Amino acid sequence: MSTILLIEQILNGLQFGVMLFLMAAGLTLIFGVMGLINLAHGSLYMIGAFAAAAVAGWSGNFLLALIASLIAAAIFGVIVEMTVIRRLYKRDHLDQVLATFALILIFSEATRWTFGSFPLFLDIPAVLKGTVILPGGIEYSLYRLTIILIGLAVALGLYLLISKTRVGMRIRAGENDREMIGALGVDISVLYTMVFALGAALAGLSGALVGAIQSVEVGMGEPVLILAFVVIVIGGIGSIRGALAGAILVGLTDTLGRTLLPVLFSSFMDGSAATTVGSALASMLIYILMAGVLIFKPTGLFGSA
Amino acid sequence: MIREGTLNIVILCLLVAVPAYAYVMNEPFTITLATRAVIFALAGVGLNLALGQGGLVSFGHAAYFGMGGYAMGILASHAQNYDPIFDGAFLIEGTNSMPVIWVVAVVSSALLALLIGALSLRTSGVYFIMVTLAFGQMFYYFAISWPAYGGEDGLSIYVRNQFPGLNTLDPIQFFGICFAILCLVLLFVDRLNKSPFGLALNGAHQNEERARTVGINVYKLRLVAFVISGAITGLAGALFADLNRFVSPTMFSWAISGEIMIFIILGGVARLFGPVVGAAVYILLEHFLGGLSDYWFIYLGAILLGMVLFAKGGIIGKLAKKETHHGG
Repeated sequence: MSTILLIEQILNGLQFGVMLFLMAAGLTLIFGVMGLINLAHGSLYMIGAFAAAAVAGWSGNFLLALIASLIAAAIFGVIVEMTVIRRLYKRDHLDQVLATFALILIFSEATRWTFGSFPLFLDIPAVLKGTVILPGGIEYSLYRLTIILIGLAVALGLYLLISKTRVGMRIRAGENDREMIGALGVDISVLYTMVFALGAALAGLSGALVGAIQSVEVGMGEPVLILAFVVIVIGGIGSIRGALAGAILVGLTDTLGRTLLPVLFSSFMDGSAATTVGSALASMLIYILMAGVLIFKPTGLFGSA
Repeated sequence: MIREGTLNIVILCLLVAVPAYAYVMNEPFTITLATRAVIFALAGVGLNLALGQGGLVSFGHAAYFGMGGYAMGILASHAQNYDPIFDGAFLIEGTNSMPVIWVVAVVSSALLALLIGALSLRTSGVYFIMVTLAFGQMFYYFAISWPAYGGEDGLSIYVRNQFPGLNTLDPIQFFGICFAILCLVLLFVDRLNKSPFGLALNGAHQNEERARTVGINVYKLRLVAFVISGAITGLAGALFADLNRFVSPTMFSWAISGEIMIFIILGGVARLFGPVVGAAVYILLEHFLGGLSDYWFIYLGAILLGMVLFAKGGIIGKLAKKETHHGG
């Protein structure tokens, strides 16, 4: 395996990781502040992708499509929070799981009803097509590189928002003591709606960005949702830093595992068997990683007990 | 309002009456629907032991359902191709005998539940939900990427497996087998719930600290419950595979885990017959709403949402007097 190919795969892993981070950050924020497990987060990812595909198809402008994904996901987030999610904060986790599972059914079928069962396609904008030459002579897809940069920029923005602004201060206060911040005169229900909308917008953006590399279809959100759960379990629940570390770890492990394991197995097995065993094991690798973290640190890498 | 015990007998009678009527009227499709309901009920009874009695919200029970299904698929496909599973120092052959398949399905899904449970029970609350969901998904991807047993396409079994003395291809006889198993398992779970083990499990659900204080090893207790729960769901998986004569990775998918959970919530959490009612109602909804609209999941979602938000206790909770309590 050449170094160039390896570096390319590392970049792919990083790109996968930052997209997972956008999902995991919203989930972990919503859990940290409101104590809610939201299975419908994958639906918001799907809504973002569909909104982007629809607007791109109509206007041909990718930037407009991205903005549409943010707005659509945030609006649906606000509607869902105010009608359903709000009633669940005080319920136990089982109720939260079932209600948000019901939301997945509703959103998925409603999307199928509106857009049909066939996948939509979102084109990479012309400016971002093609490849760039990175230092060291590595050729890499410009669009994927842009995704990495957007993801890192969002991570930085989220860090600044939470640690430097007044809203961020309230979010942190909400994580520490929900009742106290209410008693101090902060309108807690507005704060909750805002946090939910923020998480939803991040999921929508992630769906739109990934939608341009994969196809936009019903059910695209749930596999990503489950991976985001793995990220959160590894990183520690409620921790944005943990979500970033976990997401990059999962992204790299998955991508590199799929490339390297078949090669590794072929050093002592014959070709086709090595590919079979290697790729089957690679599909399980991140869950094995999760199991490892659970054995040594059940609360996750950055979680507190 | 009637007593829950009386209600349970009514439910069992209905569950026999529908296929019996269909048999008389010569409607094999209805018998197959009833068989599906019975098998789903069995899977739900398994999950209900962990979720209802133990308070362990497992979102990964599709792993055991699929394990049971593949136990049947692998054994039967080797038998149908006359191809031994293992031919070395000793010989392991496939089989088309249902009782043998059931034993293998129960043992293999119990072992899987032991492994997943031992890891997942190190966490609790929302972590537990996410971890079980993730492990379930792991087997889904494994089943897709492992080509030996059909990979993504799954495995077809051409002839239903055999049960001594019965013609399993006759819908009413296969229904009888599934129904008998469901009754035996319900009897077993009822005894289990009333045993010191079941009481301790429920006690640890309601107040973990108190259970610890009186000297109960909560982790071990829950692990045993989780293993039994997985084994029952695995048995249901083997029957489901036999009903369809087909297994595919879909049996491992997270949506199946969600559906098994829906049976419980529709019927009533921690009620012995909750999953039975829930599964029957689910099949009815699927049949009638599915006939009305291709998008019946919207209605199912709305009903489920309404149940969770406004009707705690499920259908049995609405119909029966308050005599069993479950921890909240």
